[in-house]
Amino acid sequence: MRLDLLPGQCWATVTDVVVPTGESDRYLVLRLVELGFVPGERVRIVAEGIGTREPLAVRVGHSTFALRKHEASFILVEPHA
Amino acid sequence: MAETALPSHIALLGNPNCGKTALFNLLTGSRQKVANYAGVTVERKEGVLLTSSGRRVKVLDLPGAYSLNAHSNDEAVTRDVVTGRSREALPDLLVCVTDATNLRLHLRLVLEARQLGLPMVVALNKMDRARKLGIAVDTDRLAQELGVPVVRTVSLHAHGANELLAQLDKPLAARTASTWKAPGIDAVRHTQHEVHRIFNAAVKEPAVDTDPSDRIDRVIMHPVWGLFILGIVLFVTFISVFSIGAWLTGFIEDAFAQVGALVESRMDEGLLRGLVVEGIIGGVGGVLVFLPQILILFLFILALEDSGYLPRAAFLLDKPMSKAGLSGRSFIPLLSSFACAIPGIMATRTISDWRTRLATILIAPLMACSARIPVYTLLIAALFPHDALKATLLMIGLYALGIVAAMGVARVITVHSGSRHAPLLMELPSYQWPDPRSLVIGLWERAMIFVRRVGTIILALTIIMWALYTIPSPRQHANDGTPIARSLAGELGHALQLVFAPIGFNEHIAIALVPGMAAREVVVSSLGLVYAMEGSEDEVGAKLQERIATEWPLGTKLSLLLWMVFAPQCLSTFIIVRRETNSWRHMAVMGAYLFGLAYLASLVTYQLTALFTA
Repeated sequence: MRLDLLPGQCWATVTDVVVPTGESDRYLVLRLVELGFVPGERVRIVAEGIGTREPLAVRVGHSTFALRKHEASFILVEPHA
Repeated sequence: MAETALPSHIALLGNPNCGKTALFNLLTGSRQKVANYAGVTVERKEGVLLTSSGRRVKVLDLPGAYSLNAHSNDEAVTRDVVTGRSREALPDLLVCVTDATNLRLHLRLVLEARQLGLPMVVALNKMDRARKLGIAVDTDRLAQELGVPVVRTVSLHAHGANELLAQLDKPLAARTASTWKAPGIDAVRHTQHEVHRIFNAAVKEPAVDTDPSDRIDRVIMHPVWGLFILGIVLFVTFISVFSIGAWLTGFIEDAFAQVGALVESRMDEGLLRGLVVEGIIGGVGGVLVFLPQILILFLFILALEDSGYLPRAAFLLDKPMSKAGLSGRSFIPLLSSFACAIPGIMATRTISDWRTRLATILIAPLMACSARIPVYTLLIAALFPHDALKATLLMIGLYALGIVAAMGVARVITVHSGSRHAPLLMELPSYQWPDPRSLVIGLWERAMIFVRRVGTIILALTIIMWALYTIPSPRQHANDGTPIARSLAGELGHALQLVFAPIGFNEHIAIALVPGMAAREVVVSSLGLVYAMEGSEDEVGAKLQERIATEWPLGTKLSLLLWMVFAPQCLSTFIIVRRETNSWRHMAVMGAYLFGLAYLASLVTYQLTALFTA
């Protein structure tokens, strides 16, 4: 499941990070990996905007980052049961 | 470098929000210098510290960076300094500052920095907080895994840097050749594996999450409650600015009135006394009264930012602001612009997307800065002398008008420069108590920006203004009219009437606006001078208000109010826009659109009012 589709407040584990072909998106994903979005890490959406759900506040480890859905869509997760 | 050399020049490297600047403030206290790096508008902070043995060591506080793979100007400066690509000397020792409560994120930069080959020390900052959260860090194991010394620091305690200061008296390790090159995604993944391994070996975390941030966030970042709380926070902030600020302003006014009276009693009557009392003391005093309001607003902004609240407010406002083509990151610069546009525009440096940053810079002057308050107050009091409710509503309306216009302008700017995806990627740091030392230093820096401006541009203006009002025009008029009408300023005002008559400005306003174009702070005092009155600021205010109430038509009062909302009346803002955008064109565009909006708004207001009251 893509991270931007994960329901709010639900814990999940990162399974993969998609490496895009476009130059600017590659750079974006590189930064996401640097910030700790790597397979095995636990993530959770702690807050989101009304309506279109943008932006998303994503908890990863001890950090929280505000992401747009575009950035979040590169991160694949497995929701916890 | 010899094996036994001691460090004399160190640099602090670390992620944003690791408490690096608080540590820098603790190390250097008031012995610090803030400037820009050569050729870029990135803040360069350098200071001097005393080691345990009393040696002086130069400290460079590098801009916060998540990675040496630079994403922003700040990160590029940091990368260039530590890789020796910049004109800065390579530091003898790199102090990698990490947040002990968030080593999972911060260790990666340490591992990356290790490849630089520079002697290194890792500082585990916020150790007190880590202990409180039940996070145990085995520093010996960590030092062994990383192969560099590890020290514990607490930037909030007076002696919190002692371990680091003692470490700085130990001989440096040898510098080795740098093996760093910008890593790709696979290399970063590999590093993250290593981070994981070291973290698991050296850090014990409690089984349950003890950080209260999550629970606070459920309320603070709630789409409805969050906005409600933000509204209350902003309301309290502005009420404080108006009430406490006005109270403190009274003291400054009294002080300057007394100094003026003292000088007046000691000096012989004449031109020089006029220059000193009316020109310099009156002029500078009339502007310094804004300082309390500016400082109170900045105290709130700095404390809220340091506590972790403002990034969350930016998160909440990202959605509405993106409708205007801005982003949540524009919020803090725009909020600062309510004190003064200059630090506001400088704060846009944190916006990584250039288009968003430019739009934020260009609309910053539309936020009602503190220098507009006296003109607003004077005119509103003349309009509604006995109706506090209407007066308050009109004041709020003027603030709101500036904001609405700014959103409209931002929309136009961003639509015209084409749309493309701008990522947000903003960290929402854990909540913490603001560091008092950093608050004081931050306030001091902002106060100095303002005071420097008063000492240069505004002082020069008040002297020129005084001269224009005092020197008689070379053309001989008949003996009628006030002295001011016969002065150089009177001539100028007469000529400007051609431009200002259609928007309802009389000659007096036209004259007062001449210096007011360079600094809107002086509009009220020059209006006072034009009406040839003397006495303290308070008296001038009261008499002016009476004359405005009785002599100016309704249309003129409203027209001048709207003029003050939009008009580009601040030379310093132009200078800073030119510097931050590195472009004369952007500066000219800003001036032109602000002047156009101001003239149009005043013209429509004046002509419509004239039509309806005729």
